[in-house]
Amino acid sequence: MKKLVLLLIVLSFSCKNDVSKKKEIIAVVDTSEVVKDLEIYDYDGLKPFLNKEDNKTYVINFWATWCAPCVKELPYFEQLNKNFKDKNVEVVLVSLDFPRHYEKKLKPFIIKHNLQSRVIAFDDPDQNKWIPAINKDWSGAIPATIIYNSEERKFYERSFDYEELENELLTILK
Amino acid sequence: MKKTLKKLFALIAIVSLSAFTNIGEGNGYKIGDIATDFSLENIDGNMVSLADFKDAKGFIVVFTCNTCPYAVAYEDRIEALNKKYASQGYPVIAIMPNNTDVKPGDNMEAMKVRAKEKGFTFPYLMDKGQKIYPQYGATKTPHIYILEKTKKGNEVKYIGGIDDNYKDASLVKTKYVEDAVDALIDGKEIKQKETRAIGCSIKV
Repeated sequence: MKKLVLLLIVLSFSCKNDVSKKKEIIAVVDTSEVVKDLEIYDYDGLKPFLNKEDNKTYVINFWATWCAPCVKELPYFEQLNKNFKDKNVEVVLVSLDFPRHYEKKLKPFIIKHNLQSRVIAFDDPDQNKWIPAINKDWSGAIPATIIYNSEERKFYERSFDYEELENELLTILK
Repeated sequence: MKKTLKKLFALIAIVSLSAFTNIGEGNGYKIGDIATDFSLENIDGNMVSLADFKDAKGFIVVFTCNTCPYAVAYEDRIEALNKKYASQGYPVIAIMPNNTDVKPGDNMEAMKVRAKEKGFTFPYLMDKGQKIYPQYGATKTPHIYILEKTKKGNEVKYIGGIDDNYKDASLVKTKYVEDAVDALIDGKEIKQKETRAIGCSIKV
């Protein structure tokens, strides 16, 4: 960690003249810190993430390391997070991996893919309670995605490519 | 030119197929609908239809597979359902809906191996061509449809999950499928006709 801070300082000095680059470097998430303190929530803990009423637009993606179509579309969510960070958009990746797989599958995955979006682990076995509460039309299949802000909310039980995902976000950002 | 056309058709087929499966739940059966029968290949090589079960009063149709962790978590409970209810007139009929080109771990050979390992006593059928699951409106594995034989046909009585705890069978509070089948056997109204459960999207 100390080394990283030092590196950031050096980098930020060396990029003094390149403001955008500097910003990007400082924003890098240290995934080893993420997995050390992996955020784990049940539905009561997850709910606030789905109902924030600030000036941000949130893209919430339900995924799991074992879900092939989820893993396939994950880079698009990462790209979206990067491209829209300065437009007040935040991507949150909600993992439905089983708790017994956190150490062997989820955490190594976060590090290997250097996930920069916020990752939270969601563990609540009472699915019949929270699936319809999250969206009445959700059958329970993943991947599933919510895009919302204080004015609008959309739910998608489907996969995306980057262009589709950005288009959907733009319909809400306007 | 011919090749390009072929490719184009294949592309159109793929696009329209994926568009179709993205529509979600809206298109499948609702409670009270009459479910289609089918003729699908079982792991023993025979073709199986609902009509073959002359003595059945209904069916517990389970869309499931080998490769989905949720389906795997429920394997023993699906087998237990068949043990408990086949003799009472409600056998389990398991259907594997995935495209096996996408999920080779769900192909017929793998299904046979898995069924043998787990000692499945119910038919484990392949939805070859993926024609049946869209009619039911299954979106994921596992996804359960309880049917009751009526004069009109096999009427859909319950759609959803097996119980309220995928993680730990010993912590289950409500057994949705058992409660529903018990109600049918007793001639009572099913309390919870639809429930939701997480599952792996069906692979097309």
